[in-house]
Amino acid sequence: MPMTVAEKILARASGRPAVSAGEVVEPRVDLAMSHENAALVINQFREIYAETGIEARVWDPSRIAIIFDHRVPAESAKTATNQKRIREFVALQGITKFHDIRADQGGICHQILPENGYVVPGAVVVGTDSHTTTHGAMGAFAFGIGATEMASVWALGAALNIEVPETIKVVVSGVLPEFVSPKDLILHLIGRLSAEGANYKVLEFHGDAIRNMPMSGRLVLSNMAVEAGATAGIVPADSETVRYLREVAGYKGELDLVQPDRDARYVQTVEVDASQLTYQIACPHTVDNVKTIDRVEGTKVDQIVIGSCTNGRADDLAVAASILRGRKIADGVRMLVFPASWRIYRESMKRGVIDDLINAGAIIMNPGCGCCLGVHQGALGDGETALSTTNRNFLGRMGNAKAQVYLCSPAVAAASALTGRISRPPKGVSKHDATFQFPAPENDACVEAG
Amino acid sequence: MTQPSSSPLLKTTLVWKLDDDVSTDVIYPGRYMATVLPSETPQYAFADLPELNKKLATGEFPRGSAFVAGKNFGCGSSREQAASTLKGYELAIVARGFARIFLQNAINLGLRTIVCPQIEASVGDALEIYEERVVNTTTGKTFPIEPLPKSRQAIIDAGGLIAYTRSRVVAENSPES
Repeated sequence: MPMTVAEKILARASGRPAVSAGEVVEPRVDLAMSHENAALVINQFREIYAETGIEARVWDPSRIAIIFDHRVPAESAKTATNQKRIREFVALQGITKFHDIRADQGGICHQILPENGYVVPGAVVVGTDSHTTTHGAMGAFAFGIGATEMASVWALGAALNIEVPETIKVVVSGVLPEFVSPKDLILHLIGRLSAEGANYKVLEFHGDAIRNMPMSGRLVLSNMAVEAGATAGIVPADSETVRYLREVAGYKGELDLVQPDRDARYVQTVEVDASQLTYQIACPHTVDNVKTIDRVEGTKVDQIVIGSCTNGRADDLAVAASILRGRKIADGVRMLVFPASWRIYRESMKRGVIDDLINAGAIIMNPGCGCCLGVHQGALGDGETALSTTNRNFLGRMGNAKAQVYLCSPAVAAASALTGRISRPPKGVSKHDATFQFPAPENDACVEAG
Repeated sequence: MTQPSSSPLLKTTLVWKLDDDVSTDVIYPGRYMATVLPSETPQYAFADLPELNKKLATGEFPRGSAFVAGKNFGCGSSREQAASTLKGYELAIVARGFARIFLQNAINLGLRTIVCPQIEASVGDALEIYEERVVNTTTGKTFPIEPLPKSRQAIIDAGGLIAYTRSRVVAENSPES
């Protein structure tokens, strides 16, 4: 039976020769990721074992990843206490993939996982975070779940009662114009599909524009697949996946680059000509309220944010620095930059990217989710407007229901910081070397996944 | 096909209407996410909609009251607090559609969710919810219910995911297994 990537991965993980959309399966889980909401998972996990007389032990402590990123350092006593409880649980259970609030290991979960080689093609990844779809960029089947469902995974090592999703094939051809980025591509797609257009479905990305896209861009596409409602957003693995895993993540194990069958069944095919795209802006208060920049150009902004699991990567910061180098952000604008990991922060420092951003007036924050979810580190005042490279603009998202959030690419965010209004990147900017890649890590911390 | 059932599973009143695409940020704002326990989350339900938050907190809506929402209710974050905060008030959510993770969380926690793509109702209308239809007895109109994902039925039958997983854990640990 011909299968999509999602069907192949779910068949293998469920011990079946083949599955097709609509079947209910119970795939074994290769990696189970949580962040601070592990506090609730721990509570629910203990609840499962309550009054059974059975000791509450996780199924495999080497397959659980816990990364502190949503509230780092803790913004409240309550969070600090949650983090403390999680540390105690990690020690008790012997959980190995734990990334604490430290500059030698920390960052946003959706950057830490790829960067450390925790996700390989063909893997089943679950996370108590809706943006777990990010890891589909590695050719894995990765999806978000709630805390109680994660507790169940911790107990049993399998995702219970998963309906095999249908797949939408997204074919992207052509070359993106200068400064038009994967963020513009995915915003355009979300606008076309709508916020629920891919509900219960998988987006599988194909076409020469995808094949030529570095992993950092693919991670943006998969990350925001969930904003169209998708269960997962998968980029079938190829030589770029292998390069990233070997050279950036230092992964040394065997790799199986799961491919869809040529005659796999797709419910829908969406074609995009990348060369025809321009800058896209998601306007308040839904992510699918996407407009081309000409329709919102000139809108006054108060806060610019570059960062998050969507656009806090080294090339995102470098593009922004290229535009800001030797210039100053506009009076009355504050610009916050959240590198997605400490490794990115340090590499960006070495390249002079951080200097360029600081000289322009940007504030460099510690890696983490920052103000994206409205907890701390950059609230908006009543009536204020943020322009952000993050992934959500729902009412109240940045902590104030009387403020508004627009979403855009790093290039548009940087250009708009210079003018204080939504603006296109200026012409004639010399870019930081866009081909820069991380050197291979020196340590050998990666684990086998299989 | 199941035969139309004769007695309603729930007789309720529509107490609040919501639009399409109500996100989990609106249902349970991110700044309260450090509060995790289901017993503590209800106080922050719809905290950015103060009027609604107050009506809930002061017990203005009897348990079992219905909210009617548009498409894609619960879109966005996977935060389970968005389901537990509504479960705390024992609301029934009738929506034209739900986002995947929210619906899954709701079923796992036993929050009553009804997928009713054509629902039309106004605040104050009396609703009767049957297995396969919602009847608005105020307007006399009937609207079909879309069944919940079949993959979740075993969890609903077990009374929620904790109970379901517990039975699996016990079975795995029994001497015969």
